[in-house]
Amino acid sequence: MVPLSYYLVLGGFLFACGVAGFLIKRNIITIFMSIELMLNGVNLSFVAFAAHWHALAGQVFVFFVMVVAAAESAVGLAIIIAVYRTRETLNVDQINLLKL
Amino acid sequence: MSIHLILFLAFGAVCVAGAVNLLAQTHPINSALSLIAVMAALAGEYLLLGAEFVAAVQVIVYAGAIMVLFVFTIMLLNAGVEERTKGSRVAALIGVPGMLAGSILVAWVLLRHSGTEAVAAGALPGDPKTIGQLLFHEFLLPFEITSILILIAIMGAVVLASKPPTSPAGEPAGEVD
Repeated sequence: MVPLSYYLVLGGFLFACGVAGFLIKRNIITIFMSIELMLNGVNLSFVAFAAHWHALAGQVFVFFVMVVAAAESAVGLAIIIAVYRTRETLNVDQINLLKL
Repeated sequence: MSIHLILFLAFGAVCVAGAVNLLAQTHPINSALSLIAVMAALAGEYLLLGAEFVAAVQVIVYAGAIMVLFVFTIMLLNAGVEERTKGSRVAALIGVPGMLAGSILVAWVLLRHSGTEAVAAGALPGDPKTIGQLLFHEFLLPFEITSILILIAIMGAVVLASKPPTSPAGEPAGEVD
């Protein structure tokens, strides 16, 4: 049997890795993947709490988080493609102006 | 040491290794592949918690659809190795110790103050039938709203990713070369 806190620690570590990746990565696609990593850490906490409190609604929330993540990644990757088309770079240091 | 704990530690080790590898790699395709490993291992953790439906959706939607989209974009844009800049060195100097300190603090608080009572394996029936009943009775309105969200996201992605048409004024809007 695994204590609840182990799951929460794992979820927190994944979230912290996502935050660190968001800060230290310079490729816009990798930054976007770090956001997905954060969402996964939160999902793990949701499922662990759902099992702990016997509340099935937690798993439904995970489902909604996944739907939002799917929509977000579709739009975000389209934005990345549009940014690359106009600037020909994926480095966020060179993408510093909203205007062309 | 129960088999449950051993499986948790095994999947958790894959998760941690994949997350650290995502940070360590410089090529986006390697980061994407390690993120797929993290997501697959998380599906195993969900199975341990008895959430079968969530585990299946995790593999199909996350590790399948979303990551295929990522890998496809990386290949489409021909993304190369990211270069280290001054800003990224400063960020790594602050970000990595900050991440370590934050996760150690969170782990300490959680291990210290939350109960050590175990989460029973399969204590909660997370099969598709139960989830579906909950989703279509109590959460019907959010479910319908997410369908609208998905529709908007599809249209937005199509509009954003499509090539901008050459404006009739002659000026090629946003066209490269």
